Amino acid sequence: MAKKSLFKEFVKGLWEEHPNFVMLIGLCPTLAVTTSAMNGLAMGIATTFVIVCSSILISLMRKIIPDEVRLPSYIIIVATFVTIVDLALNAYFPEIYQLLGIFIPLIVVNCIVLGRAEAFASRNGVIASAIDGLGMGFGFTWGLIVLSSIRELLAKGSIFGMTIFGESFKPIQIFGQAPGAFIILGFIVGLVNFININAKRKRELQKISDRSQAA
Amino acid sequence: MPKLLLLFISSAVVNNFVLAKFLGNCPFLGVSKEVNTSLGMGVATTFVMVMSGVATWLINHYLLIPLELQYMQTIVFILAIATLVQFVEMVMKKYTPALHRALGIYLPLITTNCAVLGLAVMAVRESYSFIETVVFALGGGIGFSLALALMAGLREDMKEDLIPEAFRGPAIALITAGIMAMAFMGFSGILPS
Repeated sequence: MAKKSLFKEFVKGLWEEHPNFVMLIGLCPTLAVTTSAMNGLAMGIATTFVIVCSSILISLMRKIIPDEVRLPSYIIIVATFVTIVDLALNAYFPEIYQLLGIFIPLIVVNCIVLGRAEAFASRNGVIASAIDGLGMGFGFTWGLIVLSSIRELLAKGSIFGMTIFGESFKPIQIFGQAPGAFIILGFIVGLVNFININAKRKRELQKISDRSQAA
Repeated sequence: MPKLLLLFISSAVVNNFVLAKFLGNCPFLGVSKEVNTSLGMGVATTFVMVMSGVATWLINHYLLIPLELQYMQTIVFILAIATLVQFVEMVMKKYTPALHRALGIYLPLITTNCAVLGLAVMAVRESYSFIETVVFALGGGIGFSLALALMAGLREDMKEDLIPEAFRGPAIALITAGIMAMAFMGFSGILPS
């Protein structure tokens, strides 16, 4: 595969097909663990690891796995990597393990992971699948960091534990709780949509003016 | 008995699976455009949640704990749920074709609904007894259906409203869900602290 198209596979997950903001998949961890920027980052890294590893393995095994049992096979492969992450976090980062709670085993049912397996890794080569998984994972991670930084800033006045607002700032508790997560994600999705709609309109106007100039 | 009732109310409204615990959000936003389909999804999910609650409890207590294989929990549970969903679909197709026609299309989606696996994992972490697990699953399923049906009702009403173009669809649905979550927080007074 040419270099340019590999780059394209990587970039599409970062904006055009952004998992949280454009495709709206994998929402449960997106909303649940983003109470602080650190949690968002940890969840993003854990999920990226699972996406990349399972994409590579599924792509390697795509010619061996019979079509009828492909979904159960993918689920087992994904669950294996999730178990590795679960045990590793429990052993080396017990605090993060406590904070992320049941959302670590739930990476198995994150639609992003199985979605990439079904839509991409089962049809493409190993390198392309790894790059695709990495792009989606990074997209997911930056999405989580943006959402969790906004929430942490509003609910605690800090980002990554560093105080941003001074003493006089009164924390807005609601943004650390469930309703705040939904509302802020709603506004981010709206903003991303707005940017995309405007860009599309500009492209169309450009096309029309090009055509009229040519005529 | 009162303890079970409290557990039921807690899992259905106070700690609502969708609006307080963030489980099952993909179908919550994806299948909440019409009230009828959302009710179908709710019933099918509740059914699978209770069945898989029972199945995973049995597997955990009679297989994983005696063999000291608890670290295999995630893999075994998700396999059990996937098999169960497939099995339910086959039984429904054979014996209740009418029900299968109504609910069949939702079943494959339920395997990847994190409310189902989430319930199984939570029941183990809270070390619920068998009866408690069933009540917890039933409450969770009903809470999920309630949130889904309410959301679908709101979205049906919003169809005619003038919403800024960028906010149409998922964006306004998320903000609506946020306001609904605030309303559900009001239920927290029911439980004795």
